[in-house]
Amino acid sequence: MAELDTSGGGKKGGKIRSKKASTRIDLTAMVDLAFLLITFFIMATTLAKPKAMDTFWPDKTKKDVQLPVPESRTMTVLLGSNSSIEWYIGAPGKSAPTIDNFGKNGIRKTFIEKNKEIEASHAGPDNFMIVLVKASDKSTYKDFVSILDEINIAGIKSYGVVDILPVEVSLLKKDGHY
Amino acid sequence: MSRIKIPRKSTAIDMTAMCDVAFLLLTFFILTAKLRQEDPLQVDTPAATTKVLFPDIDVATLTVGKGKIFFGVEGTDVRQELLDAMGKKYNQTFTPDEKKKFSTIPSFGVPMAQLKQFINLREEDRKKFTQPGIPVDTTNTSELFNWIHEARVADATLRNKSLRIAIKGDSKQEYPEVKKVIDILQKQAINKFSLITSLKDSK
Repeated sequence: MAELDTSGGGKKGGKIRSKKASTRIDLTAMVDLAFLLITFFIMATTLAKPKAMDTFWPDKTKKDVQLPVPESRTMTVLLGSNSSIEWYIGAPGKSAPTIDNFGKNGIRKTFIEKNKEIEASHAGPDNFMIVLVKASDKSTYKDFVSILDEINIAGIKSYGVVDILPVEVSLLKKDGHY
Repeated sequence: MSRIKIPRKSTAIDMTAMCDVAFLLLTFFILTAKLRQEDPLQVDTPAATTKVLFPDIDVATLTVGKGKIFFGVEGTDVRQELLDAMGKKYNQTFTPDEKKKFSTIPSFGVPMAQLKQFINLREEDRKKFTQPGIPVDTTNTSELFNWIHEARVADATLRNKSLRIAIKGDSKQEYPEVKKVIDILQKQAINKFSLITSLKDSK
């Protein structure tokens, strides 16, 4: 193939010899294939490396670290069954919760918009929105990770994961999300 | 005038050595890639946009899926120390051979009563063995609580580092099961831990 015949013409006449086949095989294609596979395995193994999302939780052993927070600055997000989300601002039961969904125009947009609204309507320096995530027993771990991810993307400064209240479970039940 | 003939050299290079190296590397990568997937409990981690890489050392992983909880800690020396400490706590003695075998198990989900039997299985049989998961309840004396606690002690004494805790949950796992694990961690005042995710582009 890639080998050039450099042996010259060869003698004419003389004995008729059967041509000796070269024992060398062209390995170029084989090397190509091997390196292709190596590249594939390098890529596949590095990409499969797991990523970690660091989470920080309040210290439950200390009881005196609770800060009073105005209701108007807290947004409560309820996670229901089948990846459904409901959220409301303020105390539970006062205003009807809004039904939302995961995605770019769903909860992420809500987070960013409400955060801006609350920052504009409250005096600084502590005027950021506080998000409380309340996962119901019917929600999945995936929804939980997704909501934390959305909070990170939206750049919410303060959030917490709190146990769901019976009032909020009934809110979810009313909309068929529990 | 006769021209000086320059003998034409062959353009073919000897590929044998290159081929050898290529296949050696290939074998290496195939083997390492397979070894990494030895998880007794297959979970599908949820996708998130975080790009922080998960560390390889000084970390304990709690795998939660199908209603079961599995536990694993990195480092063979930590595992041996851990088994020793757990044996003392539950009045079980492990031979050096059993400790050595235990140090090769990356993740397991058997109660203490079955642990000895599980360790003494051959590697092939261990894979077939249906592991019920580590028993867990809300008290401070559950086996999972002790495993986590002793692993932290073992890692601190051997490496003088604080052990990182990571939760590897299945996407479809219902939240209460994960909450149970988080509650146990918070009881030990572990308020910082990682959730293992796979990479997703932010839409």
